[in-house]
Amino acid sequence: MALTQQELEERKAFARTKGWQIFAVWLVLTAIVDYLVWFVWGPHMPPGTMTTSAAAQQFDFKVLAALVVPVLFMVWVYGGFALVNFRARKGEEDEDGIVLFGNRKVQGIWYVASTVLVLGLAVFGTYELIGNHDIGSGSGPSPIWNYSWAKATPQGPYAPGGTTPLVVQVIAQQWRFTYRYPQFGGMETTELYLPTNSRIVFDVTSLDVIHDFWAYQLGVKADANPDVNNIATTETTSQTGRITVRCDELCGIWHGAMYNYGEVIPASQFETWAQTMEAANAQVTKLLPPFALTYTPSYSGAGGGYYPSYDPNGHAVSY
Amino acid sequence: MRKPYVVRGLELSKGARAGIVLVSAAVAIGLILFGIFGYLRTYPPTVAATPSPTQPNTVDLTLQVEGAVGTGPHPQWVGWYAKDAAGKWVRTTIWQVPEKTYVHVTVYEYDSGGPLRNPYWGKVLGTQGGVIYLNGKPVSVLDAASGNGVAHTIDAPTLGLNVPVWGVNGNAKNFCQQGPCNPSEAHNVITFTFYSGNHPHEYRWQCFIPCGVGYLMGNGGPMQETGYMGGFIKVVA
Repeated sequence: MALTQQELEERKAFARTKGWQIFAVWLVLTAIVDYLVWFVWGPHMPPGTMTTSAAAQQFDFKVLAALVVPVLFMVWVYGGFALVNFRARKGEEDEDGIVLFGNRKVQGIWYVASTVLVLGLAVFGTYELIGNHDIGSGSGPSPIWNYSWAKATPQGPYAPGGTTPLVVQVIAQQWRFTYRYPQFGGMETTELYLPTNSRIVFDVTSLDVIHDFWAYQLGVKADANPDVNNIATTETTSQTGRITVRCDELCGIWHGAMYNYGEVIPASQFETWAQTMEAANAQVTKLLPPFALTYTPSYSGAGGGYYPSYDPNGHAVSY
Repeated sequence: MRKPYVVRGLELSKGARAGIVLVSAAVAIGLILFGIFGYLRTYPPTVAATPSPTQPNTVDLTLQVEGAVGTGPHPQWVGWYAKDAAGKWVRTTIWQVPEKTYVHVTVYEYDSGGPLRNPYWGKVLGTQGGVIYLNGKPVSVLDAASGNGVAHTIDAPTLGLNVPVWGVNGNAKNFCQQGPCNPSEAHNVITFTFYSGNHPHEYRWQCFIPCGVGYLMGNGGPMQETGYMGGFIKVVA
């Protein structure tokens, strides 16, 4: 049934008035919630700020959450408006709702805003990935966007406050992680300890199947593949605290139990810990093969055979 | 009009027949699910450590490990036995110990050894004094690349325990072919003591020798099944 000119004008006026009201409510709510997201919730968002990677990830989560809020509230505010205004009131006859007409201006704004948001996020994501040096992810044996200090395999001893990064080799094996510190005699431990305010290079590899080294609080996550050195880099901040390391790749029946803990400790304390562990582990370290970036499996099935010192793919590295 | 369905003189309505069918189907499905989940939740028995007759606040746990368990669905798999309170060998990897107690473990090792995939696991961790006694001699690290090598390990990550057990010569004339083995066959005796901790907990343990012969990287079969090369140390109140 066609509307009369007067009905049409009434509806336009209704839409104009209510449209501005919806916009005003949306704007106020968005401003308040975005403020809370950024300044109240944001600093507590995972994975924290224990490393530059973690801090960069937290910033990204804050940006994403802040951009989600206006979209979410547009849907919720309009949904609420529709529920209140277009509901069937008591005593009203059961009849069809009003005829709706498209509004090209509103649709245009919606299309343009959606396009800008999606493309903007794509650009933002790429910028963040490159600008933050792979943002804590494992980036293969030759990372493209890595820190300049990690481009070449870092050589030399680690010293607190120095520029040489601490190299930690993460060795995954069904179903435990161990950590090897080549700058401390190549000693191996079951717990991950890191110094504050230091550059860190993780050389991640596996002795059997594919695992994934996920140091949650560090914002570092890298697949552990057999015969591959997967490099992830980050820098610790002055923040100390406990680290949880989990395997994040389904790797067999005890995958769920493949986790352990570590700690970021003050650099001087780390130095003491590392030297103590080096001395305590000297006897077993002698039995380990020379430090190499990968340790090729023997493929013999059962038994040992990893870590062969004659391994041509072992890529032995000296410190 | 259709004739009513009569069973032994009892007239059954359509609803009653539908009810019988539904109940029968529910019972059948229930039995199938019970069977499936019963199978999936099948665990080997738990063997409790026995109080030490000589040491206070100490329990004794006696184990043996061999290259072929000789019983059950996979008689050729490597696996463990534990001695129960009656002195009988029970094929299990679930051991129960009390909290706040020293657990004195004796392992009779009947399997051959070899190099460890990661030689680090040759290091003894978490035992009293940081040592194990191999045939009476204290050792803190075993070099798996020499001699008979390491046969298996008991490694409980959250308990901080790692015990490598030295292998026997696989070519020995009296090499045990299948379990349970007896002391007249080639074996090593490994003893150690660990503290069970101050709280009840179920600690998972596993072997770090990938000893699943014939499986990819040696990590299938017995390595993936409780009762063979992995299990639990149940610490109870």
